[in-house]
Amino acid sequence: MNVQMLKGTSQLIKIISRQHRFQIIAWLMGIVFVSLAVASSYQSVYQNESDKQGFALTMQNPAMVAMLGPGYEADEYLLTIGTQFAHEMLLFTLLAIAIMNILLVGSSTRTDEETGRTEVLRSLPIGRLSYLAASIIVVGCVNLIIALITGIGLHLLNIEGNTLESSILYGAILGLGGFVFAAITSLFAQITDSSRGTKGLAFGTLVIAYFIRAVGDVVDEKISFFSPLGWLLRTDVFINNYWWPIVISSIFSIVLIIITFYLNSIRDLNSGFLPTRKGRTNASSMIKSILGLVYHLQRIKIIAWGIGIFALGAAFGAVMGDMEKYFSDNEFVQMMLAQMGDFSITDQFISMLMGIMSLISVIPVIMTILKLKSEENHYRTEHFYSRAISRNRVLGSFTVLAIIESIIYLMLLALGLWLAANTMMENPISFATIMQSALVYLPAMFFMIGVTVFLVGFAPKFTSVIWLYFAFCYVAVYVGGLLNFPEWIMYLSAFELIPKVPGEEVDIQSLFLLLVLFIVFLFIGFKGYNKRDIAG
Amino acid sequence: MSLVEVKGLTKKFGKYKALDNVHMEINEGEIYGFIGPNGAGKSTTIRILLGMLKATSGEVKIFGNDAWEDAVEIHKYLAYVPGEANLWPNLTGGEVIDIFLKMRGNGSKNKRDELIERFNLDPTKKCRAYSKGNRQKIALISAFASDAQLYILDEPTSGLDPLMERTFQECVLEVKNEGKSVLLSSHILSEVEKLCDTISIIREGKVIETGTLNEMRHLTRTNLHVQTKQPLPSIQHMKGVHHVDNHSDGVSIQIDSEELGTIIKFISDFGILKLESTPPTLEDLFLRHYENSNSVASTGGRGI
Ligand SMILES: Nc1ncnc2c1ncn2[C@@H]1O[C@H](COP(=O)(O)OP(=O)(O)OP(=O)(O)O)[C@@H](O)[C@H]1O
Ligand SMILES: [Mg+2]
Repeated sequence: MNVQMLKGTSQLIKIISRQHRFQIIAWLMGIVFVSLAVASSYQSVYQNESDKQGFALTMQNPAMVAMLGPGYEADEYLLTIGTQFAHEMLLFTLLAIAIMNILLVGSSTRTDEETGRTEVLRSLPIGRLSYLAASIIVVGCVNLIIALITGIGLHLLNIEGNTLESSILYGAILGLGGFVFAAITSLFAQITDSSRGTKGLAFGTLVIAYFIRAVGDVVDEKISFFSPLGWLLRTDVFINNYWWPIVISSIFSIVLIIITFYLNSIRDLNSGFLPTRKGRTNASSMIKSILGLVYHLQRIKIIAWGIGIFALGAAFGAVMGDMEKYFSDNEFVQMMLAQMGDFSITDQFISMLMGIMSLISVIPVIMTILKLKSEENHYRTEHFYSRAISRNRVLGSFTVLAIIESIIYLMLLALGLWLAANTMMENPISFATIMQSALVYLPAMFFMIGVTVFLVGFAPKFTSVIWLYFAFCYVAVYVGGLLNFPEWIMYLSAFELIPKVPGEEVDIQSLFLLLVLFIVFLFIGFKGYNKRDIAG
Repeated sequence: MSLVEVKGLTKKFGKYKALDNVHMEINEGEIYGFIGPNGAGKSTTIRILLGMLKATSGEVKIFGNDAWEDAVEIHKYLAYVPGEANLWPNLTGGEVIDIFLKMRGNGSKNKRDELIERFNLDPTKKCRAYSKGNRQKIALISAFASDAQLYILDEPTSGLDPLMERTFQECVLEVKNEGKSVLLSSHILSEVEKLCDTISIIREGKVIETGTLNEMRHLTRTNLHVQTKQPLPSIQHMKGVHHVDNHSDGVSIQIDSEELGTIIKFISDFGILKLESTPPTLEDLFLRHYENSNSVASTGGRGI
């Protein structure tokens, strides 16, 4: 490769890391902090043999394997609590770090190109590949730092039976897992011609990778090898410490990056490799209404998330047949179940699954409202407001779309779960139970819509606060119990206020409280939006 | 009747005063030019007229209604063209024009197709694929295809080629002939000079000059080029004379328009062979204002 093509990379590294510094620091601290905090919490909880055995049993049931990965042999949970930690945390931390990489690479490649920043820089004496090289180096460093701090931190926590090698390996899995998705995203940034397309394809790949791994881990291990997540979970970290998944991931990312550089060097600025088609001369009557237009602008995102949520629901539903068998064959579990009365494992699983899936489903719903802010940032809301369209109508259309979306996602989730569970289980769960356990989360979703509308209307500079709140809700659901969060902190998360159905009684009061808060936030948001300056 | 009435308009962004006591009045059938250096506050004024920004103080009325409170009602009879048309990348030009017309509620399909023809636009392309000038055409077509009383144009021709620029000027004049009003903010002074009845110059948030081009010219200097039989004595010291340049074929002088008569009388005694007078262009006017803002003392002459 010609050295001239990389001229100026070091200056660009400074520019890119400066531009994204807050984002980088937030992600870095979030991932490292949660990992280390959870690891140290395991240490402080004294577990006897049967506790550990119980843990092994729960974690090895097929539903858990589908959700969290294959885990370890039963006796390996007794050797070190590192195994418990890794099984519970590794995959979801990998997902978080993959999302970070997709967002960072997406915005430091395609977004910058789309907004014309790359064009300005390319007109300077700067090599053709420098921008790409700089953004890959920046995310590479971020991943490296996360890997090192997590690895060394885990070692310093001095968890019993935990060697330096295994701690470093755990960090390396995170760092390289992130880098694999950085490479995938940078490749998509060459192929598509928009940042939306790039991020969309990359997130799609992440979901499919998770999906293939889930199926593979339950059905046949060979299938898992088609997914980067599948092979990254096979290091047997804290026990055998295999390094080959690290080697494979490195080779895989390097190959992708070489292809990316090649494509970048032969393509035109602002273009991709997917063809653009000729469009319509006239607008259909659907997109001539505001709600129709607002939907049209986001339909690909909405449909893709709908399919993804349905498929995830179905995947977990399919596993429930296996889970049923697993528990009925197991004497130990039978005994435990007898003690718990009519509170069944499947019920528990469904309510836990809904807790996490409803949080995932709220992501596209929040994005729908934030789209209005992004339209304003791109000077496109002036098209509404210079014409005979009121602010209430525009904000109202985004809100209505988000509300419809939240209902549809939860219904798709329940439907997917029920359809698959029904075909796989001997004693199927009733459709009404599953639908109820999903829809009970609607008030929490509405609450999130309310807060987002409030931010867009009243505090437009701080809209990203909603993602911090989202991250908090996620941590609360996922590891809040492990980290011993006090009750009042847990209840700051709207999703914790939702009764765990089936199993718990439906608590009308907290649902009602969320709905009232939703309406209050909505009201203030609309008021603020009508009063504030519109930037463009 | 005045369609637009702005009185004592002030707009602050935090502590920064972007507009300071701005007055403006646009009458029916009038083309009103709005010029001023970058960052002077033109777009800010326009955004306030559109009800997108809220005035810090002052009165802003369009069609007799408050620009902020009654924005939606006003916009039924108002068309706006932004300086940079930011469009939805995945919609085609044709779709965008239709959507815009529907949002106003009174566009004409025939007018739309006719304008697409006149502006030579391919409406089947996705917006991301249009060049800058072509994106601008989309905004222009949707404005002129709608049946409005007032057209607000903020640097509407940025990126247009000269041929399209001419089509644009035709459109503006057609609209004027139908008795409608136009507010035209532009940096292309020849365009403003050609189209506008009234011109307003804004600088650092203050309107420093308003009037017809003729009124403004009256206040400024005329360029004279004279050739005389006998050499002219030094006239530098005379009242109203600025900038004397000696050329091989005569003398160029800048004169305050008010003193024109006295000076011509004086010169004519030296036997005029040739006398050319050029009225100041808008550009001269504008540059004088602009330079003043940079260094008030340097011109030495009477500030306008
Ligand atoms: N949202 C904002 N916050 C702070 N300052 C702003 C904001 N919008 C505009 N300004 C400032 O107000 C001033 C006037 O800006 P405006 O866009 O009205 O200028 P303009 O006359 O349209 O200039 P140009 O000819 O470059 O288009 C500028 O100094 C600008 O920086
Ligand atoms: Mg402007």
